[in-house]
Amino acid sequence: MSRQPLPPWVDIGLIPIVNVLLAFVVVGLIVLAVGVNPFTAVRIMVTGAVGYPEAIGYTLYYTTNFIFTGLAVALAFHAGLFNIGGEGQAYIGGLGVGLVLLAFDSSLPALPLMALAVLAAAVFGAAWAAVPAWLQAWRGSHIVITTIMFNFIAAAVMVYLMVNVLIAPGSMSPESREIAASGHLPFVHELLAMAGITMGQSPLNLSIVWAALCCVFVWVFLWHTPWGFELRTMGHNPSAAIYAGVDIRRMTVLAMCLSGALAGFVGVNEIMGVHHRLILNFTAGYGFAGIAVALMGRNHPVGIVLASLLFGMLQQGGAELSFEIPAITREMVVVIQGLIILFCGALANLTKPAFERLFAVLRTRSTRAQASAAEA
Amino acid sequence: MKTLTRSGLCGIAAACIAGIAQAADIKPAVVFDMGGKFDKSFNEGVNNGVERFKAETRMTVAEFEVTNETQFEQAHRRFAQRGQDPILGVGFTQANAVEKVAKEFPKIRFTVIDGVVKLPNVQSVLFKEHEGSFLVGVLAALASRSGKVGFVGGMDIPLIRRFACGYEQGVKYANPKAELLQNMTGTTPAAWNDPGRGAELAKGQFERGADVIYAAAGATGIGVYQAAKDRGKLAIGVDSNQNHLHPGTMLTSMVKRVDVVAYDTFKLAMGGTWTPGVTVLGLKDGGVDWALDKNNAALVTPEMKARVEAAKADIIAGKITVHDYMSNNACAY
Repeated sequence: MSRQPLPPWVDIGLIPIVNVLLAFVVVGLIVLAVGVNPFTAVRIMVTGAVGYPEAIGYTLYYTTNFIFTGLAVALAFHAGLFNIGGEGQAYIGGLGVGLVLLAFDSSLPALPLMALAVLAAAVFGAAWAAVPAWLQAWRGSHIVITTIMFNFIAAAVMVYLMVNVLIAPGSMSPESREIAASGHLPFVHELLAMAGITMGQSPLNLSIVWAALCCVFVWVFLWHTPWGFELRTMGHNPSAAIYAGVDIRRMTVLAMCLSGALAGFVGVNEIMGVHHRLILNFTAGYGFAGIAVALMGRNHPVGIVLASLLFGMLQQGGAELSFEIPAITREMVVVIQGLIILFCGALANLTKPAFERLFAVLRTRSTRAQASAAEA
Repeated sequence: MKTLTRSGLCGIAAACIAGIAQAADIKPAVVFDMGGKFDKSFNEGVNNGVERFKAETRMTVAEFEVTNETQFEQAHRRFAQRGQDPILGVGFTQANAVEKVAKEFPKIRFTVIDGVVKLPNVQSVLFKEHEGSFLVGVLAALASRSGKVGFVGGMDIPLIRRFACGYEQGVKYANPKAELLQNMTGTTPAAWNDPGRGAELAKGQFERGADVIYAAAGATGIGVYQAAKDRGKLAIGVDSNQNHLHPGTMLTSMVKRVDVVAYDTFKLAMGGTWTPGVTVLGLKDGGVDWALDKNNAALVTPEMKARVEAAKADIIAGKITVHDYMSNNACAY
């Protein structure tokens, strides 16, 4: 018997919810094992992530980073390229932002300065992705290997520059001087304060608007432009793409550059939005998390936004959890986050067969009932 | 452990005793660095001090271990909002966060270790790691038969260069012809917790002829000490007294008494005698020192001990000035 496809509301609505609930059951058991009431833990995690304006600010700030890196991975993935270098591209993108801001923050007015910084993030991120792309396209060096290695090179370059070149004179820690106020992307709580709404301080800034725009750009580019069509064709079948006249070398470089540019925007959020100075390690694993975000979001901008929201909530709610309950260490939080991601992403098809069987039974019953009703 | 409470800390201790009588109700909190509180080294030293405070006073100390840079500020602000006071920030990366939050909460007392924040409600505690490193450098040069000694750092950042630079000066002081091999473990925070790589770097340095290695790399050092033990060479511990890890091959440890700072911060706050300002703890104050105990007594000959103690006395007396890398971000002396 061939199974009929599930109704869409079950596939993209009910199954994910059931998976999240299953994940919480397993998480609850683990939390119980360390002697904490699982209901308290879940309550703290949820309130900590979305319970009050400040928490929402933090959640959305993390979401912003995940959207950028998620889009970066997804775009490359549509071209059949597995970009694991988001971490390094974000790092170098941030370097670009920092260099522009440090160079021009006293000479340029705010708006052109910020536009230039965003452009620099894209250019630096793209440049960092272009080298592995070129190596893949012309030399056949596998992109997974080269992008991973470029993460280490990026980290080494940053440490060298921060310690020897960009360190603020007289500073003891490897940080640049603080960027002048004209180079600070406004915080959302500042904007709300101007509108008369008070919100606690959070790192959420206008980068999130840029992240939303990027989602639209990626959607338009991939599904509504000839380049996007060529890119996806290459991803599905490179031989067919060549046969159809696509220059897959150029397409590889284009896809990777766009991917790197998107990852580079993490630097906009972190350097221009939050820290206001160049520092080390601001990428904090967002580039790698982007892979999971893209997989979970099924490489579609809408899915990526949803997955990023979940990751942001887990990041902020998890921090709050270890903050409120000392028995739950940050390592425990990683376990909890991992389990939820495992159930929602990797095991997404765990419950699907059961639902398919259930709906097959329901369908036969309803057709029988209809048939008998018709006979009567 | 060598005598630690000298002049500076002595005064602090006296103030503590006075303070117990009128113990105020405080809600202390501590924000640990990326390394986490069980890194066997820097953060764990702080944690030991916190645990000692908790055991003695039966008070609870709120704590948080960060996972990214943004959380420093978040943790300090959340603690401050909850009325935790005093709040202890561990590590130089927290200085900016403490500065921001301390401005917003001028009535809450903050103490930051390894960083400087000049505000009326912040106590900044710095250590002269170069002085302690100088002493273990002297000892390394005296213990080395090959005339080659090694250094394994965590990340190539100014703080670690300060350790390396002090060590180098000590080595050259005891043996001007000695050769120093230096390696850094990595370029990401993972470098502080990579014993496997620490062991590989140590083996590499042993191959090149070194027979004493000083590790200033957090938990990565554990690999260095293991490699030294496996080869029957010597290693020098850092931050906490790590002599007990491998008795017989741990030449000494450069101890940095962050535990005392953590303990004293809370004790002083309890007694109402906590004061803001910048405190720099060196050899003179017992803030840094070399460790001599039963685990390494057999490795340190009376002559070596005499030379190191003489160097220590000279530094305290000001006859030897150990150049601080971070004073001008260069190791020229």
